Amino acid sequence: MSLSPDLAPTTTGEDIANYTINFGPQHPAAHGVLRLVMELDGEIIERLDPHVGLLHRGTEKLIEYKTYLQALPYFDRLDYCSPLGMEHSYVLAVEKLLNVEVPLRAQYLRVLFAELTRICNHMLNLGSHVMDVGAMTPNLWLFEIREDCLNFFERASGARMHAAWFRPGGVHQDVPLKLLTDIADWLDNRVPQLFEDAISLVADNRIFKQRNVDIAVVSKEDSIRWGFSGPMIRAAGIPWDIRKSQPYDVYDRVEFDVPVGTKGDCYDRFMVRVEEVRQSIRIMKQCLRDMPEGPVLTEDRKVAPPKRADMKQSMEALIHHFKLYTEGFKVPEGSVYVATESPKGEFGVYLVSDGTNKPYRCKIRPTAFSHLQAMDFMSRGHMLADTTAILGALDIVFGECDR
Amino acid sequence: MHSAPRYASNDGVADAIAKALGKHVVQITEAHGEIAVEVVTSKLVEAMTLLRDELAYQQLMEIAGVDWPDHDPRFEVVYCLLSLTKNHRIRVHVRTNEDVAVPSVTSIWPVAGWLEREVFDMYGVLFEGNSDLRRILTDYGFSGHPQRKDFPLTGYTELRYSEEHKRVMYEPVSLPQDFRKFDFMSPWEGADYVLPGDEKGEQK
Repeated sequence: MSLSPDLAPTTTGEDIANYTINFGPQHPAAHGVLRLVMELDGEIIERLDPHVGLLHRGTEKLIEYKTYLQALPYFDRLDYCSPLGMEHSYVLAVEKLLNVEVPLRAQYLRVLFAELTRICNHMLNLGSHVMDVGAMTPNLWLFEIREDCLNFFERASGARMHAAWFRPGGVHQDVPLKLLTDIADWLDNRVPQLFEDAISLVADNRIFKQRNVDIAVVSKEDSIRWGFSGPMIRAAGIPWDIRKSQPYDVYDRVEFDVPVGTKGDCYDRFMVRVEEVRQSIRIMKQCLRDMPEGPVLTEDRKVAPPKRADMKQSMEALIHHFKLYTEGFKVPEGSVYVATESPKGEFGVYLVSDGTNKPYRCKIRPTAFSHLQAMDFMSRGHMLADTTAILGALDIVFGECDR
Repeated sequence: MHSAPRYASNDGVADAIAKALGKHVVQITEAHGEIAVEVVTSKLVEAMTLLRDELAYQQLMEIAGVDWPDHDPRFEVVYCLLSLTKNHRIRVHVRTNEDVAVPSVTSIWPVAGWLEREVFDMYGVLFEGNSDLRRILTDYGFSGHPQRKDFPLTGYTELRYSEEHKRVMYEPVSLPQDFRKFDFMSPWEGADYVLPGDEKGEQK
């Protein structure tokens, strides 16, 4: 009798073969509908095949049948943990094709809220990551901050999650002064206290480190070959941040540091995100300090609608409003690829226009797609229980991955 | 001037690419501040290797398919490259048909594996050398390529749970109202259809 290579001897004398298990699609640590087909040797992962697409809604196809403005809310629904980060790429892509100038106040407001989105996103990710490896309390504390963020979104746009507040040419409406002072107060007093308290529970915690340090180490070379971006590439030690190297809106007017990891393991990814939250607070404070008064939407009436009050007096304003909300604006022919630093990494939009009022093609570059693909080589040789730590540190949301 | 991401200047990049790639290039265009390089489909791997090794475009960020039903060849596959060291982006375009396979770039960038699978799934473009060309985003057992322009927005089948059969089943789509597609072409700006009533004038 010959032992086939995938039969391993056990202490009790019987032979067991490698076995395959399904992780998900319904699993609380899968962060959505992810199905991982895992081949295990005992508790060691030999091979891992992620099946995605269970949340595919055909967003790109739907966008082709909508006007440029109607397509915007779909972006909120991609990565529903950081909606404004998605909108940012899209409005910048449309503005690049139109070559429309955005008023300075609107640029500051966008950066302010993009960073608020980053805090909001990282609260969810850091919290769920520590919960995936066994800690409960920090998640509850971090969710308090997230709740505050959602309240700020609501006060700016009327919607807690799906804001649809960034518009081609600026933002939809100006914010009240009280909201800005409340955000400033929140940044000074509430966030640092809650956040540092929560992080102090896990950052030096022995159990947390045992679950994360040296898990899924990714080298610089691998992170480049596998198309990593955002906190994932920074944790591997490459100081690459689109906000810094390819600044958009007013990111070149604010000061912030780019944290990098030293080893490229799950603990580094976690700590890079922790530091990013501190830097986001810094950026937001500078935005609040430097934000000028002025319009928040471009005055180009072929792109942005007129004020409600103007429509009562001016026939031309009324016509512009009617045309913009029925036909929409037409975008010059051409194609652009615009990528911004969303909280999860490089979120890109490849927009092809054929000169009509609807996008001819809108390809969305999700961050999760390339990160999740690397999961196979990152998990090999690790234990089954490490999967949740690796997934947590990847920061994946399936609305975005599957589109 | 728009406020989209500002990366390193395009000055001289097109010439450098033309020089490095030589006769692999079909054309280089610069529009909206972005450089697009169209290369010969069969020479894609050679061109990409040169771009990565000689011109330092280290990262492949995205592969996008575009369907142009009126063109021949019909499909366009767009590769978005990023140079971390030069802080620059370019796009590489190839054109292909349903039955002509595009050489896979998985040997240069392993990340291309899933990206090519997605283009295959959505457009039916084949990639030669991709060892795992399965569908990725659509359902298990799906047929058709949904991003093609001739695939209807509503699809062909819909899914529901049947209490009678105690299982999920597929049925042909039945909608109470057709999908409404509005035509915004202005009759003053070159619409070439006959407006209702105008045909009477033609007959005289």
